[in-house]
Amino acid sequence: MGKKILLANDHIEGIRFLDTYRKHGGYASLEKALKSMTPEQIVEEVKTSGLRGRGGAGFPTGMKWSFLAKPEGVPRYVVCNADESEPGTFKDRYLMERIPHLLIEGMILSSYALGAKTSYIYIRGEYFYVARILEQAIDEAYAAGLLGKNILNSGFDLDLYVQIGAGAYICGEETALLESLEGKRGNPRIKPPFPAIAGLYGCPTVVNNVETIAAVVPIVNEGGAAYAAIGVGNSKGTKLISASGHINKPGVYEIELGVPVEEFIYSDEYCGGIRNGKKLKAVVAGGSSVPILPTELILNTAAGEPRLMSYESLGDGGFATGTMLGSGGFIVMDEDTSIVKNLYTFARFYHHESCGQCSPCREGTGWMEKILHKILHGHGTLADVDLLWDIQSKIEGKTICPLGEAAAWPVAAAIRHFRKEFEDFIRNGEHVNDVKHYYRLNNLTAPIN
Amino acid sequence: MAKVTIDGIEIEVPDGTTILQAARMIGGDIVPPAMCYYSKLKTSGGYCRTCLVKVSKGSEKDPRPMPKPVASCRTTVMDGMEVLNITSPEVLEARAGVVEMLLLNHPLDCPVCDQAGECHLQDLAYEHGKAETRYEFPRREFEKIDIGDKVQLHMTRCIMCFRCVKVADQITDGRVHGVINRGDAAEISTYIEKAIDNDFSGNVIDVCPVGALTDKTFRFKSRVWYTKPVDAHRDCPTCTGKVRLWYKGDDVARVTARKDTYGEAEEWICNSCRFEHKKTSDWVIEGPTKVDRHSVISANHYENLRLLKASIDRQRASLPHGDKVDLGTGALNPNNEEK
Repeated sequence: MGKKILLANDHIEGIRFLDTYRKHGGYASLEKALKSMTPEQIVEEVKTSGLRGRGGAGFPTGMKWSFLAKPEGVPRYVVCNADESEPGTFKDRYLMERIPHLLIEGMILSSYALGAKTSYIYIRGEYFYVARILEQAIDEAYAAGLLGKNILNSGFDLDLYVQIGAGAYICGEETALLESLEGKRGNPRIKPPFPAIAGLYGCPTVVNNVETIAAVVPIVNEGGAAYAAIGVGNSKGTKLISASGHINKPGVYEIELGVPVEEFIYSDEYCGGIRNGKKLKAVVAGGSSVPILPTELILNTAAGEPRLMSYESLGDGGFATGTMLGSGGFIVMDEDTSIVKNLYTFARFYHHESCGQCSPCREGTGWMEKILHKILHGHGTLADVDLLWDIQSKIEGKTICPLGEAAAWPVAAAIRHFRKEFEDFIRNGEHVNDVKHYYRLNNLTAPIN
Repeated sequence: MAKVTIDGIEIEVPDGTTILQAARMIGGDIVPPAMCYYSKLKTSGGYCRTCLVKVSKGSEKDPRPMPKPVASCRTTVMDGMEVLNITSPEVLEARAGVVEMLLLNHPLDCPVCDQAGECHLQDLAYEHGKAETRYEFPRREFEKIDIGDKVQLHMTRCIMCFRCVKVADQITDGRVHGVINRGDAAEISTYIEKAIDNDFSGNVIDVCPVGALTDKTFRFKSRVWYTKPVDAHRDCPTCTGKVRLWYKGDDVARVTARKDTYGEAEEWICNSCRFEHKKTSDWVIEGPTKVDRHSVISANHYENLRLLKASIDRQRASLPHGDKVDLGTGALNPNNEEK
């Protein structure tokens, strides 16, 4: 049984509410920090812990915090990125639904460490009910003197707000999030300057994922060194994985980084194996935008070593034979899955979510979707596969924000590893009348057993 | 001051200069094309990605190359930076890709487009584009919208450079137009077709790199290469009054701002100068505009003969027996003793 840190208490009834949360050790970190630690000490602890950003990029959090500019007389902001929109990722929702106070405690700690007097939680529009849970929790915290003026008689003031987005994937990109938070159109900014220098309202800002901020709580409580003792290599601590797809037990799992992928898929503690006794075909390991890997490459690296759930091991071999841990959206596909159809779904998503600011992404995502749509309807040619490959190479790395890459990587990986399947699909002309409702139709026409 | 090397040419520029500006200081072939950047509009640039360049050395302090191609219009130079533009096949490939993307939904209706002949997208496609498209799906189409009685917006041709939005934001009072919708459905629009109504709104025509925003008083009057540009000025109470008149025969066909080598207006002009003063007697003529001899506009331009003669003389002088070259055939004629 792996060690649980964030979700250690999630089974307790009423942990959503302040009383129960405090009864089980909640806000102990905050008391400890405000009474006995300076902001610099907290930043040091986070650095020691080796915590890396849990939103997808995996950038060391302590380093990000130390980049924050601290000019005199200019306010600083901490913004929590709860715009969790990556298909296949739902860990933040689970965390905020179950233990909202963990995030709030983390926000207070981070704001104290970084000297912010006002902080925001930017939550995606579809999570409006989670926003209500958070707001309820914030009200409780204000009433208990954990937010507002002079928190726990320490002289530290903080106001925390929840802002609901309008349902755009692009607002999960940190600069687009800040634009949206300022009330503008959610378009990514051109970097530099980075948010650490000029972020929200032009002031220094740190934007962190929900899970990253929640992880600050145990780090302060038990010390950075204790956190760093968990994990493998440069992947320290625990990570929430949103497991979905054709597995027996989909859900959110907290793993110690370094669990073998094979164990994660097949052990009863986690996914519990493939549904209906089918064989594994492919895995998207970190949310829809990371490269898909076939069975032989996801279970073992190209060098033949078992692949582990960690930043380095999943990234082993680059994109030729590896992938990324990303945001931890672990999508498992069994042998009956069509990679072509799956890729069309992803391509349609990225086409729909492109903001339209820079030309390669605006035009290229739509083009890729149309070609995949054509292939899916039996009108594809073998040249279309090469064309798709060429288009993705024209998008990747040429855009303002990472959405271009997010759209290009799945296409590249699907063709790289499953080119034969595309060619078979084109040659044999599998015909689907209504792609939009394909999955439902498929279920309706399946034999009843 | 920072020393930057672009395609092997070294130049020293003030701190805070962008790579594109530094390249423009050098001039010539190494200047990256720019469809959305406009030096007179703040925060413009970075969107079209045609000006992508490769930074092969970050700076003297940190010589690591930048991992991805960067937009030269929004990247400031560092001391010791080395930039590759036309000497990098990777950059040219990326640029060709961007041009293909820009042309993907462009209607290519140049034969009926007023911008043809002075269109930046035409120039760009001519230099970097392919002969045919690989796009086989229906192109995006929009209805034409009248923005006021003088300007027409034809979104079908738009490449989303955001320049007109920046003009509306920065030059004119009260922003009335912006971008609606998202992704490839995004469009420039005014709020419920509200007219843009202020003294400087006509400048959106000048900044538009394609034929999406056109002058309704000039629509379908003439191809630009049948008109002759002349610099002129008048005493205008609202603007500087320095304009360019485009003559067709003895009539002023249209009035625009004066544009520099990179197609950027030197000074903004007001709507009164642009739309209402179309008689020669309104203006003080300064003289014919110098037009690049590679431009189609110069095709029937009187200035050219003089330039052409100067160019021939120069080339003749550089040849060993230049004075003996027969101008008609180009052959060396030792008997040509007349000069």
